[in-house]
Amino acid sequence: MRYLEFEKPLREIESKIEQLEVYASSRDIDLSHEIQPLKDRLHSMVDEIFSQLTPWQRVQLARHPDRPYTMDYIRNFVEEFVELHGDRMFRDDLAIITGMGSIAGRSVAIVGHQKGRDTDENIRRNFGMPHPEGFRKARRMMEMADRHRLPIVCFIDSPGAFPGLGAEERGQHVAIAENLEIMSKLRVPIVCVVLGEGGSGGALAIGVGNRVLMLENAYYAVCTPEACAAIILKDRTKAATVAGTMRIVPNDLLNLGVIDEVIPEPIGGAHRNPGETAQNVKAGIVRHLDHLCALGEDELIEQRYKRFRDIGVFYEAETTGPALAGI
Amino acid sequence: MAWFRKKKKFTPIGAQKTDLPEGVWAKCPSCAEYVTNDDIRRNLHRCPKCDHYSVFPIEERIQHTLDDGSFEEFDSNLASKNPLDFDGYDKKLQSAKQKTGRHEACVAGRGTIHGYPVIFAALDFSFMGGSMGSVVGEKITRCAERAVNDELPLVVISTGGGGARMHEGTLSLMQMAKTSAAIGRMKQHGVPFISVIAHPTMGGVAASFAALGDVIIAEPGALIGFAGPRVIEQTIGQQLPKGFQRAEFLLDHGMIDMIIERPQVRETLKPLIHHMWYARIAARNEQRDQTGLSIAGRTA
Repeated sequence: MRYLEFEKPLREIESKIEQLEVYASSRDIDLSHEIQPLKDRLHSMVDEIFSQLTPWQRVQLARHPDRPYTMDYIRNFVEEFVELHGDRMFRDDLAIITGMGSIAGRSVAIVGHQKGRDTDENIRRNFGMPHPEGFRKARRMMEMADRHRLPIVCFIDSPGAFPGLGAEERGQHVAIAENLEIMSKLRVPIVCVVLGEGGSGGALAIGVGNRVLMLENAYYAVCTPEACAAIILKDRTKAATVAGTMRIVPNDLLNLGVIDEVIPEPIGGAHRNPGETAQNVKAGIVRHLDHLCALGEDELIEQRYKRFRDIGVFYEAETTGPALAGI
Repeated sequence: MAWFRKKKKFTPIGAQKTDLPEGVWAKCPSCAEYVTNDDIRRNLHRCPKCDHYSVFPIEERIQHTLDDGSFEEFDSNLASKNPLDFDGYDKKLQSAKQKTGRHEACVAGRGTIHGYPVIFAALDFSFMGGSMGSVVGEKITRCAERAVNDELPLVVISTGGGGARMHEGTLSLMQMAKTSAAIGRMKQHGVPFISVIAHPTMGGVAASFAALGDVIIAEPGALIGFAGPRVIEQTIGQQLPKGFQRAEFLLDHGMIDMIIERPQVRETLKPLIHHMWYARIAARNEQRDQTGLSIAGRTA
């Protein structure tokens, strides 16, 4: 396991426990009276570190190299998954996975960002940052789901849409905008889960759901904290400070009406118990799909439209601006 | 998110350099020629020497686009809060309000173009870069909903270089989905939406309603795209080719319908609005008249 800076106090004690356990089993002796106090201490340390996470620490957990990705969730709870490839226009973008499978006995379409586990895979998957063809691949899957009346489950985990030459040439902004429009019109239930990074337009492009759920240590932002710090504070290194100001962690977003529910993670974060995390995610998806599948097509479209229609904070001032009427 | 190079402005010549009165002359950022501000204004904020486009002030933009005296503004009292308690946002809003005299970066209303009634909105670049927060999102959404309700075409002129406004965080991001969904409804009802894009329009504005026009018109040289050129240069570690993300580049790549010089934008809108909407309305009215029915409110 790899450790983040603030997790490092745990490393020493975890490796000590491991050593003792290996020693005990190799010599076939009982060291549990030695190991147990260490485990107790580990638990209390984990509790202490993870009960008071700062927004920046959650961002780091969302990017943890051992954090489960879309494919890990699919392997855990999607049965008979069939992956489908390509946007039928340009290229198969591996930063996005699409396919069909069943969750708790219900057939669904699945769309999700996919990061790589190692450097090779990350190069192939472009670190989970889609090009326009990725968004068009997602769109193709979602339109197909609409035709075949399959509910859609979207897994969001991307630092953002890829900022590159080819991406702009092929209309990155157009691909994103079209997905936003098309998702708002689909006749089937859409449940989105922010698994890790909810990076900007690249996340939203598969994020227009009837429900948007979010794991406890995920973030969802208009841009990365680094970019925000660079632009607003003119200092990229102040990302940790600005992460708090941006209100990008689940509880803040719940209050702002951006997400509908926070999915709990095991203590220490998803990567410390991927199986349990996946079961929590599955339970959330199934519960919301059960509810949404009972709704009619028009109700689904209306509910989704209204869900996003109502987001925003403003007031009606008593004074208007200067009269522009009669120009 | 999307940012862009700082827009060059016409710089007034300081008093020490010349004995001409201040504010009369300006130096073109492109050809470095000295021209009078009056000439620039008369030329619709393009350099009379080299045709360099600068930002068209919103009042003049509305005046130029719509028929004289036809504009009726609505929702001008919608104003932003600071929902995230974002440090410095209140101050920024305050100074933008003082500078522009308006509450927000979007002016919306109803007017006519060559006699054709339309719903009209424009983004104000001088209000925080024409960036989209909750108010801009709400206003554009209301415009689209009004267009469907009143059965009027929608014309939006975007100068949204700021993209989704960072100071309202994820709320700004959600305005992309909200406005796009509202435009989607217009399309389902067959009500036309014409998107006019001026320099610069990036990020969340470019990647939502501005890209969803039935017809998309851009001004020459307008920078249009998702990621800002600086971000891309940092990512790929090399200089971008000349003309990258400019209107001409987008036309070549099939992302927009046409590039129209500023003085002709209004003339170009007229036949589009006619073909896409009022020709049909006229035919419908004629048919109803023949069958002895008459409907009110559909002139033009």
